[in-house]
Amino acid sequence: MNTQLRRRIASAALIIGVFVLWEVICLGFGIKDIVLPRPTQIITTLVTRFPAIWPHAVQTLYETLVAFAFGIVLGVALGVLVGSSRLAYDVTYPLLIGFSSIPKVAVVPIFVLWFGAGTVPAILTAVTLAFFPIVVNVATGLATTEPELEDVMKAMKATKLDILFNVGLPRTMPYFFASLKVAVTQAFVGTVIAETVASNRGIGNLMMIASSSFDVPLVFAGLLILAALGVGLYVIFSLIEDRVTGWARRNDEFALG
Amino acid sequence: MSLAAVAMNPEPVAPESVHSSAFVELEKVTHTYGRGERQVHALTETTLRIEKGDFVALVGPSGCGKSTILKLVTGLIHASTGYVYVAGREVGAEPVRVGMAFQNPTLLPWLTLLDNVMLPLKIVPPYRQEYRRKRKTEFRDKVEALLAQVGLAGFSNKYPWQLSGGMLQRASLCRALVHEPQLLMLDEPFGALDQFTREELWGIMQELWTIHRPTVLLVTHDLKEAGFLANRICVMAARPGRIIDDSVVPFARPRTVTMTYEPDFVLMTHKLREFIVHAQPPKVSTMIAPAGAPQ
Repeated sequence: MNTQLRRRIASAALIIGVFVLWEVICLGFGIKDIVLPRPTQIITTLVTRFPAIWPHAVQTLYETLVAFAFGIVLGVALGVLVGSSRLAYDVTYPLLIGFSSIPKVAVVPIFVLWFGAGTVPAILTAVTLAFFPIVVNVATGLATTEPELEDVMKAMKATKLDILFNVGLPRTMPYFFASLKVAVTQAFVGTVIAETVASNRGIGNLMMIASSSFDVPLVFAGLLILAALGVGLYVIFSLIEDRVTGWARRNDEFALG
Repeated sequence: MSLAAVAMNPEPVAPESVHSSAFVELEKVTHTYGRGERQVHALTETTLRIEKGDFVALVGPSGCGKSTILKLVTGLIHASTGYVYVAGREVGAEPVRVGMAFQNPTLLPWLTLLDNVMLPLKIVPPYRQEYRRKRKTEFRDKVEALLAQVGLAGFSNKYPWQLSGGMLQRASLCRALVHEPQLLMLDEPFGALDQFTREELWGIMQELWTIHRPTVLLVTHDLKEAGFLANRICVMAARPGRIIDDSVVPFARPRTVTMTYEPDFVLMTHKLREFIVHAQPPKVSTMIAPAGAPQ
């Protein structure tokens, strides 16, 4: 517990240190706030203009969470399909890789063409970014399940579904949660890209407008909001992960709980 | 006791009783892995009968098809030719409860010992239908009692990584037995353990068999283990895999480890060893330079 506390203090100190250093450098070299605003300026902007920023943050968070939920459903379903057999794995992989190689900025105009500007393209872009790491990880987890574990189940005349729910999916959980942490940040990227290109709401749009009017502290305030939201979601999924997959890291606290 | 008695072959069986009395029967079974040029004949025409409640050991060198027989009887693989009957019907046709234990404990790392051992009750009928209702009461007590029988009382809430190899193997035996299987398949379950743990588990296995009386098929490299545990020992040879001897073990139960050092027992294992050694094709690679020879 003591070492853990020390680690947390060190981590907090590093974050504060970076901001202090930033402030000092800006002051010391007399950097103009149109180039790089000081952290204090950014925070002041954030506080004074919070009522204006807040709806945009909510919009971005909403789009990201909806996209993330769709991403999980789609990712797990595809991952189970791809990971279920060697054949499916080999057949579908080239297509998946090809699809994931497309820069997602390029598909936003297509979504706008289909669904109009606004919430839907943002969600779809975020889904296309978020689901891929989940598919790959779930498929890998399932495909690498030890055949002996499956033999144990087969000897009991277990059905395919029994094996999936009692061996395949639990074994895949560590892979799944590792991918969730990547996917949630990817979902943010997708949302913000789409908002930047085609939307009149959301943090991405806010930053677009702010930068076009040279309101640089507001741009950075938007970045800060995005970082805070990202860290928040990451922490939530880390906590869930600890509870569900402590066995994979042989966590003694898991064993007690 | 004469050697002839030790290596006695079972009496020939009248054909009309073939599918009624034996619990497990292999009839002219062959098995081939792979196709075309990379074919491997794991088993040539093999016929084997095992009575209900019997304890049969399969011994032999690696690659002689021991595990293949086990998998055929379990229905994990299918015979290339010939027939496998279990409980009078072709394998898979009759819902026979099968328990299986491997060389690795193969416990699921995300479950406690209790949940691991309870897994068959969740999967196998008729327990499956009652699982939700009884898992916190009757089934839990059943598992705890079984764990206590193998010396694991008080460990049911531990996770596999918190226990030693011997303890995991005990739990693995419990998992193989918890659903009261009619057929118990043991694939070198004691192979990876140290000698003392192994001998202790032989005793436990003998006791469990005496209580539950499943039909057991044990695959092992260890002749002493086969002699200690089994009623009958089938010796197998490799390339191609086949049964070359089928003997009854005449020693009274309960058997003890001390007994395995007595002359009769040593004579039996020695004779089994001779069978295996002489059935081996001569190998150049096994030639060893005599001690002290110039290099």
